[in-house]
Amino acid sequence: MTVSIDTAPRTRHGSRPSSRSDTVLSVRDLRVAYGGDLRSPTVHGVSFDVAAGETVAVVGESGSGKSTLVNAILRLLDSSTAVGGEAFFAGRDILRLSERAFRALRGRQIGFVPQDPTASLNPVRRIDHQVYESFRESDQPEHADRQRYPALARELLASVGIVDPERALRSYPHQLSGGQLQRVLIGLAIAGRPQLIVADEPTSALDVTIQKTILDLLDSLKAEFGVSILLITHDLSLAAERSDQVVVLNDGELQEHGPSRETLTAPRSAYARALIRDIPRLNLDRFAPAISRRAEPEAGRYALEVENVQKSFGAGEHRTEALKGVSLRIPPGRTHALVGESGSGKTTIARLVLRLLEPDEGRIIVDGQDVSHLDRKDLRSARRHLQLVYQNPFNSLDPTYTVGRIVAEPLVRYREGSREERRRRVVEVLELVGLDESFADRRARRLSGGQRQRVAIARALSLNPDVLVLDEPTSALDVTVQAQILDVLVDLQVRLGLSYLFISHDLSVVRQFADTVTVLQHGVVKEDGPTAQVFADPADDYTRALVASIPDVARTATDLPVGAVR
Amino acid sequence: MTATLTLSRGPAVRVPGLSVRTIATTLAGLIILVLIAWVIAPSLFTSHDPYAGVPAERFAEPSAAHLFGTDQLGRDVFARVVHGTRPAVLSALLAVTIGLVAGSAIGLLAGFFGGIVDGILGRVLDIVLAIPSFLLAVIVVVSLGFQTVNAAIAVGVSSIAVFGRLIRSEVLRVKNLTFVESAYLIGGSRLSVLFAHVLPNTYRSVVALAVLQFGLAIISIAGLAFLGYGNPPPSPDWGLLVAEGKDYLYRYPWVVYLPGLVMVATVLSLNQLSTTIGKDK
Repeated sequence: MTVSIDTAPRTRHGSRPSSRSDTVLSVRDLRVAYGGDLRSPTVHGVSFDVAAGETVAVVGESGSGKSTLVNAILRLLDSSTAVGGEAFFAGRDILRLSERAFRALRGRQIGFVPQDPTASLNPVRRIDHQVYESFRESDQPEHADRQRYPALARELLASVGIVDPERALRSYPHQLSGGQLQRVLIGLAIAGRPQLIVADEPTSALDVTIQKTILDLLDSLKAEFGVSILLITHDLSLAAERSDQVVVLNDGELQEHGPSRETLTAPRSAYARALIRDIPRLNLDRFAPAISRRAEPEAGRYALEVENVQKSFGAGEHRTEALKGVSLRIPPGRTHALVGESGSGKTTIARLVLRLLEPDEGRIIVDGQDVSHLDRKDLRSARRHLQLVYQNPFNSLDPTYTVGRIVAEPLVRYREGSREERRRRVVEVLELVGLDESFADRRARRLSGGQRQRVAIARALSLNPDVLVLDEPTSALDVTVQAQILDVLVDLQVRLGLSYLFISHDLSVVRQFADTVTVLQHGVVKEDGPTAQVFADPADDYTRALVASIPDVARTATDLPVGAVR
Repeated sequence: MTATLTLSRGPAVRVPGLSVRTIATTLAGLIILVLIAWVIAPSLFTSHDPYAGVPAERFAEPSAAHLFGTDQLGRDVFARVVHGTRPAVLSALLAVTIGLVAGSAIGLLAGFFGGIVDGILGRVLDIVLAIPSFLLAVIVVVSLGFQTVNAAIAVGVSSIAVFGRLIRSEVLRVKNLTFVESAYLIGGSRLSVLFAHVLPNTYRSVVALAVLQFGLAIISIAGLAFLGYGNPPPSPDWGLLVAEGKDYLYRYPWVVYLPGLVMVATVLSLNQLSTTIGKDK
C-alpha cells in the first residue's frame, strides 16, 4: 500500500458539510473546573461538532483553555477536576463512560498526535518495539498476528512518508529528527484506524518547512481514510488554511465558531478581530506608517558590518562548520533580519557579533570599530554600543532582582552617573518601553512574558547602544504580546535611530518588521536583499521553499481581510 | 509559546485548610522553639540541679517530681537533658558553620572558575571524603583534647565535602542560565557576576542542607561523646547521658530512652524544617 502525498493546491474549505448525520464528535456545553467546583469553571460553554472527514481547528493563545478542552474530551484530566456538559462520540456520551469503556476508544477510535515529538516516545526503547506495542493494543483484525508485526510496521512507516523505514525502526528516538518522530507518532495514531484524530499543536516544535509536510501528511491521510481531525493550534491563519471550521477560545470561553474562511474575512467577535489584527501574516503592512517616519540613514556608514565570517566548532571528525563565509551590513536606524531553520548558523552569528565567540576568519565591525579580535578590556568598552535581547524572557533576567535593579545594572557596571541619575535613567528607559515607573520596584519573577521582554529591552537600552541584536525576541510569546513588543521596537527605532539585527524563524514577522533580510541554510547565505523583494520573488530554491511554507490564506500581501486595522 | 499536555494534580485527600505537611512543619517548629528556649534559659524549665544528685532518690521512675526520673546518682534526668541542650546545640552550630563556610567557599570557586581550579579543589574535597569521618574525629580529639568543641571541629571538617559538592553543582547549573551570560554583556566582570548573580541564586539549597546537617551534627557529636570523645563526666552532654545510662538499660530504661527520645525529636524536627525550606525554592 502506497500513499502519495498530495502536493496540489488545496481547495478552499468554504461551506459546512450539509449532512449532519455523519457527525463524529459532538461537544455540547463543555465545562471544566480545576478547582472541582463547576460553578466557577476554568473553561465553559464550549459547543461544536466535528463531521466525518472534516477538520475542526481549536484556536487560542496560552491559557485560553484549548489544551484543557482537549484533555477533557480525551478524559486525561485528574479525578479532582470536574467536567460538565456532554461529548458524543459514535452515539455515546464519552464523558459519562467508565474509564474501562473509554479505554477501548482512546488510542483506537480516537487517535492522538502530541505536541512535542521528541518527548513523546520512550527514549530507552527502539521505535519498532514501540510500534509493536501499539499494534498489540489495537483491536484491528490485521494486528492479530504477531508474526506479521515487522512487515506491518515497515508498511506503516512507509505510508507516513519515512524514507528507509527499516533503519528508522531499528533506531532509538534520539536518532531520528523531529519531523521523522512526528511521522512515527502520526503513524501510531493512524494504525488503529481511528475515526477521529486529535492533534495537539502537532507542528509547533518543528521547523517551518517540516511543518508544511506534516500538515500535508495529515491532509492526505484524511483524504484516504476519511478520518476527522481536531486540530489544536495557536495560529489562526494556519487553522484557517487547514481546517473547515474554526473554534476560537479565549480565557476559557468560546469567542467565535464558524467556517474558517468566514472567521477570517468577517469575524464576529471583538477578540477574533483583535487576534486577526495581530497576526503578522494577515497584516503585513502593520508597521509601514511608523516605519516611514524614520530618518534617512547616512550613506556609506554602517552600524554593523559582518565581513565574510567563518566559524567552526570541534576538531577532527567532530568538526562542524557553523558558518562558511557570511556577510551582511546594517545601515544606521535600519533592521536587518536573519532567517533560517535550526542548524542554519543564525545563533552563531548573533554570538559572534556580540563577541561571545571569536570568528575564525573574517571581520566584525561595529560602528566603524573592528571588534573581531579585541581583548577583554577593549571588548568591554565596545559592548556599550551593542546589546542583546534574548529569546526566552523567563531565563534572561535574574529572578532575585527587582526590575529597577536589572535595568540599572549596566549603568552600575560601567559606573555611569550617580545614584540619582541612574534612577532617573531607569524611569526614562522604562517609559520608553511602555512600562510605568511603578514597575521599578517589582520583582522580575512576578512579571508576565511580555513584561519581562520589555524589561530586557529596557536593560539593553540603558547604555544607549547603537545596535540591538534581537535573538528571536518574540518566539516565546503569544501573538498579541508579540505584536505589542514589535510595536515597542518599531517605536524605539523611530525615536532613537536604533539598528536591529533581528533573528527569527517567523517569516511573516520578518516581512512586517525588517528592511533587509539574509536567508541562511547550513552556514551559507542563500539569498539576501530587501525583504519585500526576497519574499515576493525569491531567486533561490531554499528561499522559495521557506516562502511556500507560510500558510497562505490571503494569496497576496495586500489582500487584507475585512476588520483588520492598518 | 508552548502548550503542553497539562494534567491537573488534585490532592488525594482534601481537608479544608490543613495538610499533613503543615501540621508536621508546625509541630517541628514548636519543638525547635522549645529547644531554643532550653538553650537560652535552662533554669527556667527545671529547678533541679543537673550536677548534684540525691543518692536516696536514685533510679526514681518518671513522675510529677522528676519528669524523666533520676539516674544512678539521683540526678534529675530531665534537668540534665535541658542543661545538656546548650552544649549540644552550640557545638553542632560550630560544626555546621565550619562545614558551610569552608565548603561553600571551595564549592563556589570550583564550580565558577572550572578548569584547573576545579581540578585542584575537587581533589581537596575528595581527600576529605576519603577519610572516614569518625576516624578524623578521633584524631582531632586525641590531638586537641577531650572536649566537645574539638569533636565539633572534627564533624565540621568532615562535612566540608558535602557542602562543597552541593554548592558546586548548584553553581554549575546557574552558571549556564542566560541571565548570567547577559550579566557579562552589560559590563560585568567575573567577580561581580559571581557575587551579584551566582551566589544569590544558589544559597537557598545550601540553607536547606545546613539545617539537615545540623541534625546530623547533633547526632554525630552525641555519638562521639558516647564513646568518650567529648566532654568528660559529669557534663550533661546528651551522648554522655546515654553512655552512662547504658549499664542500667534493662532495669531502668528511662535513663537512656528519654534523652534518646529528645534527640530523635530534635533531629526529625530539623529534617522537617529542612524539607520545608527546600520546597519553597
